[in-house]
Amino acid sequence: MPKRSDIQSVLVIGSGPIVIGQAAEFDYSGTQACRVLKAEGLRVILVNSNPATIMTDPEIADATYVEPITPEFVEKIIAKERPDALLPTLGGQTALNTAISMHDNGVLEKYGVELIGANVEAINKGEDRDLFKGVVEAVKEKIGYGESARSVICHSMDDVIAGVDTLGGYPVVVRPSFTMGGAGSGFAHDEEELRRIAGQGLTLSPTTEVLLEESILGWKEYELELMRDRNDNVVVVCSIENFDPMGVHTGDSITVAPAMTLTDREYQRLRDVGIAIIREVGVDTGGCNIQFAIDPTDGRVIVIEMNPRVSRSSALASKATGFPIAKIAAKLAVGYTLDEIPNDITEKTPASFEPTLDYVVVKAPRFAFEKFPSADSTLTTTMKSVGEAMAIGRNFTEALQKALRSLEKKGSQFAFTGPVGDKAELLAEAVRPTDGRINTVMQAIRAGATQEEVFDATKIDPWFVDQLFLIKEIADELASAERLDADLIAEAKRHGFSDAQIGEIRGLREDVVREVRHALGIRPVYKTVDTCAAEFAAKTPYFYSSYDEESEVATRTKPAVIILGSGPNRIGQGIEFDYSCVHASFALSDAGYETVMVNCNPETVSTDYDTSDRLYFEPLTLEDVLEIVHAESLAGPIAGVIVQLGGQTPLGLSQALKDNGVPVVGTSPEAIHAAEDRGAFGRVLAEAGLPAPKHGTATTFAEAKAIADEIGYPVLVRPSYVLGGRGMEIVYDETRLASYISESTEISPTRPVLVDRFLDDAIEIDVDALYDGHELYLGGVMEHIEEAGIHSGDSACALPPITLGGFDIKRLRASTEGIAKGVGVLGLINIQFALSGDILYVLEANPRASRTVPFTSKATAVPLAKAAARISLGATIAELREEGLLPKTGDGGTLPLDAPISVKEAVMPWSRFRDIHGRGVDTVLGPEMRSTGEVMGIDSVFGTAYAKSQAGAYGPLPTKGRAFISVANRDKRSMIFPARELVAHGFELMATSGTAEVLKRNGINAIVVRKQSEGPGPNGEKTIVQHIHDGEVDLIVNTPYGTGGRLDGYDIRTAAVARSVPCLTTVQALAAAVQGIDALNHGDVGVRSLQEHAEHLTAARD
Amino acid sequence: MTLSTRGAQTPAVLVLEDGRAFRGRAYGAVGETFGEAVFSTGMTGYQETLTDPSYHRQVVVMTAPHVGNTGVNDEDPESGRIWVSGYVVRDPARKPSNWRSQRSLDEELAAQGVVGISGVDTRALTRHLRERGAMRVGIFSGEAIPDEGTLLAKVRQAPEMTGADLSAEVATKEAYVVPAIGTKKFTVAAVDLGIKGMTPHRMAERGIEVHVLPATATLEEVYAVRPDGVFFSNGPGDPSTADHPVALMRGVLERSTPLFGICFGNQILGRALGFGTYKLKYGHRGINQPVQDRTTGKVEVTAHNHGFAVDAPLDKVSDTEFGRAEVSHVCLNDQVVEGLQLLDRPAFSVQYHPEAAAGPHDAAYLFDRFVSLMEGQRA
Repeated sequence: MPKRSDIQSVLVIGSGPIVIGQAAEFDYSGTQACRVLKAEGLRVILVNSNPATIMTDPEIADATYVEPITPEFVEKIIAKERPDALLPTLGGQTALNTAISMHDNGVLEKYGVELIGANVEAINKGEDRDLFKGVVEAVKEKIGYGESARSVICHSMDDVIAGVDTLGGYPVVVRPSFTMGGAGSGFAHDEEELRRIAGQGLTLSPTTEVLLEESILGWKEYELELMRDRNDNVVVVCSIENFDPMGVHTGDSITVAPAMTLTDREYQRLRDVGIAIIREVGVDTGGCNIQFAIDPTDGRVIVIEMNPRVSRSSALASKATGFPIAKIAAKLAVGYTLDEIPNDITEKTPASFEPTLDYVVVKAPRFAFEKFPSADSTLTTTMKSVGEAMAIGRNFTEALQKALRSLEKKGSQFAFTGPVGDKAELLAEAVRPTDGRINTVMQAIRAGATQEEVFDATKIDPWFVDQLFLIKEIADELASAERLDADLIAEAKRHGFSDAQIGEIRGLREDVVREVRHALGIRPVYKTVDTCAAEFAAKTPYFYSSYDEESEVATRTKPAVIILGSGPNRIGQGIEFDYSCVHASFALSDAGYETVMVNCNPETVSTDYDTSDRLYFEPLTLEDVLEIVHAESLAGPIAGVIVQLGGQTPLGLSQALKDNGVPVVGTSPEAIHAAEDRGAFGRVLAEAGLPAPKHGTATTFAEAKAIADEIGYPVLVRPSYVLGGRGMEIVYDETRLASYISESTEISPTRPVLVDRFLDDAIEIDVDALYDGHELYLGGVMEHIEEAGIHSGDSACALPPITLGGFDIKRLRASTEGIAKGVGVLGLINIQFALSGDILYVLEANPRASRTVPFTSKATAVPLAKAAARISLGATIAELREEGLLPKTGDGGTLPLDAPISVKEAVMPWSRFRDIHGRGVDTVLGPEMRSTGEVMGIDSVFGTAYAKSQAGAYGPLPTKGRAFISVANRDKRSMIFPARELVAHGFELMATSGTAEVLKRNGINAIVVRKQSEGPGPNGEKTIVQHIHDGEVDLIVNTPYGTGGRLDGYDIRTAAVARSVPCLTTVQALAAAVQGIDALNHGDVGVRSLQEHAEHLTAARD
Repeated sequence: MTLSTRGAQTPAVLVLEDGRAFRGRAYGAVGETFGEAVFSTGMTGYQETLTDPSYHRQVVVMTAPHVGNTGVNDEDPESGRIWVSGYVVRDPARKPSNWRSQRSLDEELAAQGVVGISGVDTRALTRHLRERGAMRVGIFSGEAIPDEGTLLAKVRQAPEMTGADLSAEVATKEAYVVPAIGTKKFTVAAVDLGIKGMTPHRMAERGIEVHVLPATATLEEVYAVRPDGVFFSNGPGDPSTADHPVALMRGVLERSTPLFGICFGNQILGRALGFGTYKLKYGHRGINQPVQDRTTGKVEVTAHNHGFAVDAPLDKVSDTEFGRAEVSHVCLNDQVVEGLQLLDRPAFSVQYHPEAAAGPHDAAYLFDRFVSLMEGQRA
């Protein structure tokens, strides 16, 4: 069946900001889909509030709306664009929920927009627990197997408590309906836990509905990815088996593809059930994901859930198999059938087949508990990981060890040296699933645990347990062998041991092991991911390494540029860096290079085999990169390796790569050192005559104290060489300084702690710039909304800067140029400045693509990362201006007066974390970055742009209602004017006594409410926290009091998160919000596509 | 030293008739074996593969690296023994894990005397066979393996698959009956050319009493069971040698008894209708093959195990001695004929395996089609 002829334009909804449970995989899926639809000749209209995505690049869609993904804004877009169809299945839960709202409120019908990909009935059947249970029952009726866990649907706490008995008692699982990433779900072992989890679940569920379920904790867990076309052809793209048994969210589990421990009979049964489900649910065209649990003792199969859309797992399955699910889903949605779509990889065979793997894929989650020290680190059915790494090997052990080292986290790899712990203790510890449980299990094995003991403690399948024993046995051989001979090294490499691990076991340096290995001629080969286990010749060079016999890397004649990606997403190093890498690949391909991407993050666009000429799905360690460079150098000429776009991960390899003779292009390792090393950078600043806040470096408390005494408290302390402000803290007194130093494990003579004067009340400014050795191109100047001291990644900012004048820009330009020149930058540099008392201080410089590059690029309609990649390979800014990649004249510092204002807002993961008592974690911003993603609001004036950024990040700002204000003493002055504005807009104010008194004295009336610490009043007067929980507060302003009022503020802020009430924690944010509320109350807020903005901007530039 | 994968392991070598060799370790029985090297791309179902009589005299290379993970049980085999003449895997399981597992695959192979090899680059070997075609191979294991020249000479002395008449070697010697499950509705005479256990089971599930007859059965013996339909099974060997089954089938066609053939049975129908057969370069062996039913346009994902195919025109209806015939099913990967049907007589066949085992159940409807033919004949 060919393409439908009745659809000319399609609206695609993206997934918005990166949050836990909904990350870069939807950029990957959405980008694929938009490209396919555009190639089919359809007009593609896209809405996504996340600027750090490839899909929102203006060339991917015909009309790109970086606007909030709310029914209100999407309706405006529909009214303006009048699309024929809406494709909601590629933007995660956000897109699906938005589409359902638009259907329910009649907007789709009003504008005659057809939902394609999945109809409303199918979405509801898949998502609604009760309806889905009916689906599973119907399937059992038809094919004789498949069942749901015993369960009850509850709409109130009374239902919940009563439900436990019908399930046969505790433990029970609580699953809220219509939430993403399993938000709000968990195991309850008693009534107290049940009340807490179910209470939150009822709140989180948009339909106030939770499902209570029998416990299938410890069962084997599987997933199938399926696709169906309009002819009812169904294929199973991939099976995935979870290493961690049931009880851990699949996003937090180590997962393995294909399934490792199923016989054909059992696998086919899952397949039959899966196919019957996709039919019964009625997913007409597209993909779905179905999860199963299997009782390891008798094989009883339970269907857990299905997602009637493209998901995180489908992105993983696409990368694991080479079968591009999103791309094919988009084609199916516009009418093609599977047999009409060619398999990209073989080109000759159709997509109506099931990929078969001759390798093993392991995905491992990356967590960020260190950022949330009070959060409970137990893994549950609520997803908590912030990223993932995937690795491919020819066997499980190789893939597993590669995945663990891809995580790039201290302690993520198996360690076989060091003291052997206590077996019983380790086994007891392994019972609780946590980040790194697999390492605990390995230590238990080292301590003498048997396979049975490990299984009893963890319920990890005995086959997997045996594989861990196999790894440990190889480690023992390495340790006990008289010498490292070729057989032994080859064997260790076949099971994934890194040179570093072998070195650690043998007491040798990593480079010595490597030398020995190379001398013995042991090197990896590179095999192809080809969907068909070599049955047909593959056209797509998608490689992974293995210590096997035959390599499949073809020779080439064009010079290659190897781009090192950024590895697993983590807080501080996310999708923004992938964006820059992808841009480099596009730009260099256009410039005639063969592009070679190296990365291990399955969520990303960079690891789409379509993005670069060659893809190496490999860990980003020195060893793995050196081997790729070696393999590619045998294949043809190498023009260079780019390390400055993938964040700190590749940047950290820069010097070592150069030392090994690898041609690193762009900013040199020495220049990187000049920017990152305190002393060297100080000299750069001194030469350029630029001030930095007073500072010093210390390796002991005594040294730190001496520095702090000299420059005065508060001081900003942090370890050197970190990204995302890891471990950074504002220290107000000596006591805290002492505890900071003693708690910090990262401090050593080579890694000192940096102590800086903290600039109170300064305006923080971020600059992204390009430098080619002669000329500076100021990419953009961003003014932070929050004052200095809040990590730039967590701070909202505006571009162009809203309060800086021409003189300031001139100073910024001169300083930036001085630093870029002094450091020796060739490409991108990001500098953070603080403007305090009219002095422009330099806080830090990063000689690489920054987190803000995508934002700056979109706000100014200039592709900075593409330009940076070109500069790295020798192009000059003048040439790029001539070519049209950069504007002919002017730059981001000379934007026309009527240029749109873009506001970036950070999105925080607070609602994901609870402490061990089940309370939320505090939401106060600080110098350590904790946001997972960002949104952009763009409009002609700041107020509207800010309002859009808030709507995109947290939901719309309220335009009326009740505002609660409680601020720290230092903020009381600056609160008065915005408070007055709120009253003028018709808000009723509530305040605690102290704040109310200040307001009253300034002629502003506020209702006095009780603090949480005061408890309810004698006549039952509620505390502020109770008011919030009862839904009586529409806006919260709460700035932290330092130490004194912390507890009260903590309760207020966590209540705000639980009830999703906008909560502003700085007065600057309040002032901005007031401008936003003002904009919302004055007339209609419009929508405008990036293409329209760019056209306007280009016209104004000329 | 510990008891890991190294240590006490016996060396082994695999030698192809074109001289390429792969070194590895012994797996299963130690010794030497010969056969036709073929690769199978199924990721599940090694027990079914090993016991499928169609693999007789073939050395099967598994493209899936991990084999043996679920051990061996007594329910899943497709016949009474392992038929492959040799087995090539990359990473055999050290410890099986499955609630139905009774023993390890390694033990089972050794117990049945099947010589295998592990630790070889199975992907390189598969690519080699893909490019050069299926060919003869030998596996040699033991502490003292002769030099490769000697081994190669041995491999080249082994018989080739082309021209091999093997079904009688694997088929039952005595007729037996698989009773219908539930109410008996039909009787089918199934000519065993290397039948898999699941095939009569799929028929029995549909109320068919299946009389499995030896490959040497005569037309009289077939009709002696008063069949409502006749079935021709899968089996090993070159269809161009299967003169007896072809003659037998022609007799059935003349009588217009409903007829269904699978795999070898499809090739025999092809020959009975006057079409030729030919050897595929490296065959179809896997459980992910897309086949289109040309009568409905639907695509089914199917299990394949065939090295030969029928040479019939895809683009037209052919006139045969038994009336009009057409290609009913085609493999979308390479347009190979995957099914035939007569338009004027109740007979059809498919080249692939609707009984699955191992493999997807998408094509199970074909057994219903057979039932419909028999119902139609009765009415």
